[in-house]
Amino acid sequence: MLLSIDASLIDWSRAQFALTAIYHWLFVPLTLGLGVIIGIMETIYVLKGDEFWRRVVKFWMKLFGINFAIGVATGLILEFEFGTNWSNYSWIVGDIFGAPLAIEGIVAFFMEATFIAIMFFGWEKVSRNFHLASTWLTVIGATISAWWILVANAWMQHPVGMEFNPETVRNEMVSFAAVAFSPTAVVKFFHTVSSGWITGSVFVVGVSCWFLLRRREVKFAKASMAVGTAFGLAACFFVMVSGDSSGINVAKEQPMKLASFEGLYDGSEHAPFTIVGPLKIPNMLTFLATHKHTAFVPGINDLLNGGYKLADGSTALSAEQKMFRGRRAMTSFAAFRQANKQGNMALAAVAEKNLQNDMPYFGYGRIQQRAELVPPVNLVFWSFRVMIGLGMLFVLLFLVLTYLQMKRKLNDYPIILYIGVWCIPLVYICSEAGWICAEVGRQPWAIQDLLPVNAAVSSLQTSSVQLTFFIFLAVFTLLLIAEIRIMCRAIQKGPEMSGETKI
Amino acid sequence: MTGVGHMLRSVLSFYRDGFRRMTTGRILWKIILIKLFVIFIVLRIFFFKPVMSGLSPQQKQTRVATAVLSAP
Repeated sequence: MLLSIDASLIDWSRAQFALTAIYHWLFVPLTLGLGVIIGIMETIYVLKGDEFWRRVVKFWMKLFGINFAIGVATGLILEFEFGTNWSNYSWIVGDIFGAPLAIEGIVAFFMEATFIAIMFFGWEKVSRNFHLASTWLTVIGATISAWWILVANAWMQHPVGMEFNPETVRNEMVSFAAVAFSPTAVVKFFHTVSSGWITGSVFVVGVSCWFLLRRREVKFAKASMAVGTAFGLAACFFVMVSGDSSGINVAKEQPMKLASFEGLYDGSEHAPFTIVGPLKIPNMLTFLATHKHTAFVPGINDLLNGGYKLADGSTALSAEQKMFRGRRAMTSFAAFRQANKQGNMALAAVAEKNLQNDMPYFGYGRIQQRAELVPPVNLVFWSFRVMIGLGMLFVLLFLVLTYLQMKRKLNDYPIILYIGVWCIPLVYICSEAGWICAEVGRQPWAIQDLLPVNAAVSSLQTSSVQLTFFIFLAVFTLLLIAEIRIMCRAIQKGPEMSGETKI
Repeated sequence: MTGVGHMLRSVLSFYRDGFRRMTTGRILWKIILIKLFVIFIVLRIFFFKPVMSGLSPQQKQTRVATAVLSAP
């Protein structure tokens, strides 16, 4: 049965995981971004002591609560899928993946669950300062949760701090610090979290634009927009800096992903950055990938053919050479298990040594054709352009709105306000495009170079995976409709400018 | 009343008052409970049984090793 895993099972299992992760990712960025904005607004309230700011905070907190409630626990489904659909993967990653996820669960539960209750129920019960501290601790808790999730994800993109134990068939952690603070995890955290800040900013700005277009709650909308645009501009700066670091990291650790971002088949020492079609910025890709004016950036064909010089002076292996070493690793692994079973420890030691020698190419042993090593280039290429293009639009939006606010001309340009409203769905498209770049761009690997998806997947009936895919689709669609309706109703109702705002 | 008892009463009344004063929160809690029922009862029990639960560590090792070593 294990020999009969077909492509459709892998594709449906991947589609199911992608659907769940993409749905979960609709809620996380707004929680991260709107949380910080609420924290800033409440800090202004505590510093100024102005009741107006308290009501501003309560309105956005209500929307934060709706988003949080609909999104909560959707990530748990991903953990079910690991055990059911990706059981080989779950076993092989061992405690490396489990440790960050367990820490995330504990931190998320204790920090978020404790302080979010004070955020919503504590306005009349605790002091201003204590309430402010609770708000920030909720935000910090959510952000720390994101750290551990991204540590787990980064390990799949760049596995470090572990050794493969052929006896237990598991990767075992040898350095917690190497896993928790790997350069891939650090840049991924800052890039992902700051992109969530942009989502929060665009959301606040977009809703404020809607109020201004309706000529409702003008003072509230302008005050919210001032915070949203200022924080949005700061977030854009962080996204650009962390995106630059991420580019360097991807070029070093996942060059096939970078080549797919750019649709670059033949590399060069002066690789251009493609905007769209024939529009290219000369030399830009080389600079972004290496921070040098002249350095070879391999294309997809170079990565498959090998033969070019690597940064350490060695020569890159071809796909076939890697596949050969991968098969040799598999042979050593089988020999180790056989020798171990027979109690021949001397032979097992030799086989283990050979295995560790070829271990960096272990996953290539499951690759049959070099074409399998290339991710879906068109999807990744266009997702990257959507992400960058929309990111630029948001920078422009924040700059224009800041200028109009300074000149007190916000109401003179309704077209800008309309664009602000329409940027709300666009920021979600941008965020999901980023997820596609990161996750589709690393195919075929579940764990980079060590475990392709065809070895990670559980041997299930394709029809059962299809069934759960459509169940999820139905459940997620219903929940999303519920969220959008409740959210729109709360926005239409507007801030309660007198009395108690409740959730 | 002891200090701990007083604190527990305060915490309980904090949550009781908070839940009583909820407006939108009521429907959100209904959605959360339905969602948790679907996730933990329907999906977990009927659709997402961990495929290796019930196997010994030895059996799991053999199963995964066979899967990894078998031709794709």
